[in-house]
Amino acid sequence: MRNSTSTLSMTTPEDLSEALQLLADTDKKWIPFAGGTDLMVQLESNLLDGADFLNIWGLFELQGIEESDCEVVLGALTTYSEIRSSEVIKSEFPLLYQAAGLTGAKAIQNRGTIGGNIVNASPAADTPPALLCYDAELLLSSSEGQRWVDYQDFHTGYKTHALAPGELITHIKLRRGQEKKFNFYHKVGTRNAQAISKVLFCLMVQVNNSRIEKFRLALGSMAATPILMDSLRDAFEEQEFGSDLIEKGLSILNEELSPIDDIRSTGAYRKKVTLNLFKYYMEKIYVGLGQ
Amino acid sequence: MSHKEEFTLKINGETKVFLAHPMERLLDTIRSDENLTGTKEGCGEGECGACSVLVNGKLVNSCLIPISQVASSEIETIEGVANSESLAPIQKSFLENGGAQCGFCTPGMVLAAISLLRDNPAPNLEEVKTALSGNLCRCTGYKKIFESTLICSQMEDQQ
Repeated sequence: MRNSTSTLSMTTPEDLSEALQLLADTDKKWIPFAGGTDLMVQLESNLLDGADFLNIWGLFELQGIEESDCEVVLGALTTYSEIRSSEVIKSEFPLLYQAAGLTGAKAIQNRGTIGGNIVNASPAADTPPALLCYDAELLLSSSEGQRWVDYQDFHTGYKTHALAPGELITHIKLRRGQEKKFNFYHKVGTRNAQAISKVLFCLMVQVNNSRIEKFRLALGSMAATPILMDSLRDAFEEQEFGSDLIEKGLSILNEELSPIDDIRSTGAYRKKVTLNLFKYYMEKIYVGLGQ
Repeated sequence: MSHKEEFTLKINGETKVFLAHPMERLLDTIRSDENLTGTKEGCGEGECGACSVLVNGKLVNSCLIPISQVASSEIETIEGVANSESLAPIQKSFLENGGAQCGFCTPGMVLAAISLLRDNPAPNLEEVKTALSGNLCRCTGYKKIFESTLICSQMEDQQ
């Protein structure tokens, strides 16, 4: 642990408008600070020395989950515990519900936020693959205005993203749909609780009369960013669900995935596990369809 | 060097004013400024739970929270769990059922158990395991800690 936090500064705005005005001063090295579960750990590395922390934890405009007929909008400060307490997330977005329960333990879930999980941009983060499967959209706000971006386009490389200077993620939108879907979230880590993943596997498939209407496979810890497998989506949607498709998927994954070795696992292990999980869950769906 | 600022916190029911740097860890406020050393520092990065306290009733790792973010909040530490007359039921249950050995993890463990029992007064074993999964113990093997929590939940005056 670092010896002293006395050199670090933190500014606490009253509301979102003041926060965005402060962020507009791009001469400052602003780092928005939400629940702190990632940033406080990174302080130790001294990489954040000289940062101007902006305390957004108390901003009421960024809190809470709102439901309407077509969508669910989460404030960027929604904590994992709040996601776990939300009936609509539990019933309609089970991948996100599970991901929130696998992020740290209770004390972390009470502080960690969905917006922070996105902006921290770890390829091993638990909620991003779920957000990718649900085609989430992000509202980026600045003192100049607001814009919606597809979450899939947000991460541009390892720890880099599409936020312009002065912008803050304020909301995350998920589109509702009542269709029956297959949802599988599988985290492979060293232990069940508190682990950072070796592989995150997140599959959402919607089938109508054996025809695949929607197919999303998102993976964590498998590349420099959380990834959505576009090639599988393009190859599978509008196709009949059959065992040949499972083989085809395996061959696409085998060709496209090239995870790295790092402190938590090896690339070869990650790839093997991902292919095995794909086969296992696709066969489960196949059986579930009664074929 | 940042400037020190004034922060008002309620700790175990008493209102206190601290002059501190805005990024001072709540853990240091509690241990060094307030001299409440029941709260421990283990890993200092949110993995071990030894520094667990309750902020506005919610279980948190005090090593991961700057004092700026708890201004005007209510903090409960292990020192506030017992009253002047007697130990709290959960503390008695840890004592009677062998839930503590070296004691380093115990304050955090007790606060995590209190947090669970306030939300869910009749947990099953799986729920106890999940609720305490952020608190590491290197002595007990956890079994006695889980038992202490479950037995407390079956006592009439658990809180």
